Amino acid sequence: MVCQLCKQKEATVHLTQIVEDEMKKLDLCEACAKQKGVTDPTGFSLAELLLGAAGDAPAADPASSSVSDAKCTRCGLTQAEFKKNGRMGCSECYTAFADSLEVVLKGMHKGTRHRGKVPVGLRRAADQQATLEKLSTQLQGAIAAEDFEQAARLRDEIKAVKAAA
Amino acid sequence: MMNLLDFLTPSAEVCRRTGPHDKIVFSSRVRLARNLPGVSFPGHGKKADRVRAYEQLMPAVQSVPEMAGGLAESMERLTPSDKQLLVERHLISREHAAKGAGSGFILNREESFCVMVNEEDHLRMQALRPGLQLREAWVAIDALDTALQERLEFAFSSQYGYLTACPTNLGTGIRVSAMLHLPGLVLSEQVSQIIQAVSKLGLAVRGLYGEGTEALGNIFQVSNQMTLGESESEIVERINKVLQQVIEHEENARTSLLEKKSRVVFNHVGRAFGILSHAHTISSKETMNLLSLLRLGVDIGLFPATSRAFVDELLLLTQPSHLQALYTKREKLSAEERDILRADVLRDRLRGLDRPDHSSLGSGSAGTPAPES
Repeated sequence: MVCQLCKQKEATVHLTQIVEDEMKKLDLCEACAKQKGVTDPTGFSLAELLLGAAGDAPAADPASSSVSDAKCTRCGLTQAEFKKNGRMGCSECYTAFADSLEVVLKGMHKGTRHRGKVPVGLRRAADQQATLEKLSTQLQGAIAAEDFEQAARLRDEIKAVKAAA
Repeated sequence: MMNLLDFLTPSAEVCRRTGPHDKIVFSSRVRLARNLPGVSFPGHGKKADRVRAYEQLMPAVQSVPEMAGGLAESMERLTPSDKQLLVERHLISREHAAKGAGSGFILNREESFCVMVNEEDHLRMQALRPGLQLREAWVAIDALDTALQERLEFAFSSQYGYLTACPTNLGTGIRVSAMLHLPGLVLSEQVSQIIQAVSKLGLAVRGLYGEGTEALGNIFQVSNQMTLGESESEIVERINKVLQQVIEHEENARTSLLEKKSRVVFNHVGRAFGILSHAHTISSKETMNLLSLLRLGVDIGLFPATSRAFVDELLLLTQPSHLQALYTKREKLSAEERDILRADVLRDRLRGLDRPDHSSLGSGSAGTPAPES
């Protein structure tokens, strides 16, 4: 998961807030989170963060920003229900309850990040992405070297890889 | 539907399957949990959600070549005793046996793969192998999972891995387990120490039928508890290493019992043989505990080595549903009637087993005289 602000670093700070009955979520890297003062729980609202300091959205009621009010928008499972039964309602719940999950998982597992098998489709997409990147680097090189025959061949190859997706 | 027992491999044949360390390890299994994205998990969703998942999953699983020629049924179409039969074969969980419409199970012809649809997760698929063959079971289930991924998309996040109904299965969704026979550790009163040590390593030790069951017949199930933060192979290797150690401890316990307390062991086995072959009513629990001792008797040479499969078969067919399905046409026996039938079957079958013979194992009088318990 990549930070939604800088779109570069890995997001490690996950925020959920209820604003006017709507759940807002934000995934930030540590640096952006600090910069925006997220680590300081007193003066922060997701709306502000998303819309900039000038945001005219009303400040969220502090009571409603508590995680126990979080609810999965897809299946309707509430945080309280999850706490009670220990079961998620659907795959989307993992996004909805991401904040409180980290603590739960830490006590339960060896780590909090998947290190096992990656689905066939994703692996293939990743391989394809790597191939495309390699080919376009080569293409740049060929163009720079004015080897247009090679460039044309590479361009066709890139087209073929994209078409196979 | 067809008679389930006609489809399942006969008990005697199941018990003749051999594998590495099968004196101590009955079987190995690796289970993977998978779910469909954006469909409520079976425990939370409405019936329509379950049916949707069921209709997508049943044909997809059956279309994989490994599952060809197998059995695929809706849990709704199985009778309670059929379901119990599958539990006794360790093919489905007790939780799954309680399911009805919208849940299903698929078993391949060789009974090496078994898939539960809409148990706690949309898909729970397992590979089974006799003896200690965890790596082989992992390779097999990995291949089935890959084949299914060509047909279905599973809920997956790059952070959390495969998403499961219960966060305890999150990530790899893997449960690696082995069923062990540990009479040596039980008789030498070391088993609770071993269980504690194994638990400290992050593994769970349970009784015969999984979660919350007692260790009947000195049979224990060891499995991993953590599924996130480690790769599947790392988990398999870790549990494999631990199991090798447990096997070694069990072997040592048996050797030392025979050296120091052979009379105690012979006494246990002899009495077990006596009761099993002469009882006129006997409970399932007592039967299992005594058959466990007969099995130990085979392992230490009191009975011919070839009779292990025979004892294992008795362990299986004296279970309530097997007994009922194999030996009576009547609808439903009461517990008392079943205990009588069980004793009848045991008396009859055990006529085929010679009395325990300790003549080649020393007098059994070494060490201090054994206290009678």
